[in-house]
Amino acid sequence: MTGDPGKMSCAEFQAQLPELIGSGVDVSADPHLESCDRCRALLAELETIAEAARQLFPSVEPPEEVWEHIESALKREGE
Amino acid sequence: MPNSSSPTQARNAPRANGGPEPGRTAPKPANPADAEVLTRAQAGDHEAFAQLYSLHKRRIYSLCLRMVGNVAEAEDLTQEAFLQLHRKIATFRGDSAFSTWLHRLAINVVLMQLRKKGLSLISLDEAMEPTPEEGPSRSFGAPDLTLSGAIDRLALERAVADLPTGYRLIFILHDVEGFEHNEIASMLDCSIGNSKSQLHKARLKLRDALRSQKHPEERP
Repeated sequence: MTGDPGKMSCAEFQAQLPELIGSGVDVSADPHLESCDRCRALLAELETIAEAARQLFPSVEPPEEVWEHIESALKREGE
Repeated sequence: MPNSSSPTQARNAPRANGGPEPGRTAPKPANPADAEVLTRAQAGDHEAFAQLYSLHKRRIYSLCLRMVGNVAEAEDLTQEAFLQLHRKIATFRGDSAFSTWLHRLAINVVLMQLRKKGLSLISLDEAMEPTPEEGPSRSFGAPDLTLSGAIDRLALERAVADLPTGYRLIFILHDVEGFEHNEIASMLDCSIGNSKSQLHKARLKLRDALRSQKHPEERP
């Protein structure tokens, strides 16, 4: 890793992403991104995927029968 | 980067005192009423157990459904998870949040089922330590194909379903269910760093899969 973050290679920048994304650090302000379209696009895509996961997968209600089956099984176990 | 409304930037306000990950709600302190329900359920009160089921059924069922991708199986797994909860609830000592403990129990039920079926392409242990060849590609080298426009729900569902088990589990727990890395580490008996690293690889794999769906000619 170089001392100057602006001269960081793509590999060095991407190796830090697991720690940086979600850490509280503003990754989008990283100096490497000023000169690297590829890593800027990568970051935007990873953010898009994380956002989509939150928005596109609402929790689902199980059917009533699940509880009915649980109650029946509990009764059988208690007998 | 000029995009001042980037989701990461918006979420990444500095945290103090190890607070919740940006964009996430801090875990609520145990509601006294919920704690009382838990205590009664631990003492064998059936009505209290029914209340616990009502409180947690959606998240547990959704987790099962996303892990196995089959409604009937997800119903069976939810049933089994809550039956195991009933058998083990007296052993809960409050070392972690009850929800974390319950999820850990449900995850074990799901993983046991996946192993039984032999359909899991990769075990959880393997997923936690993937070989470099199994990992998703890095960005350098490949042509840059930005995921333009909104991600289609079905496309994302397909891509998530195709993830190896361990990646899928961590992605669902963190990005879908909203658990934090320390909670996931506790559920999966791994380090926080490992959880972060595997989540990142899961997102990279999803990115590769979504790009392949958009640009099938780019597939190797």
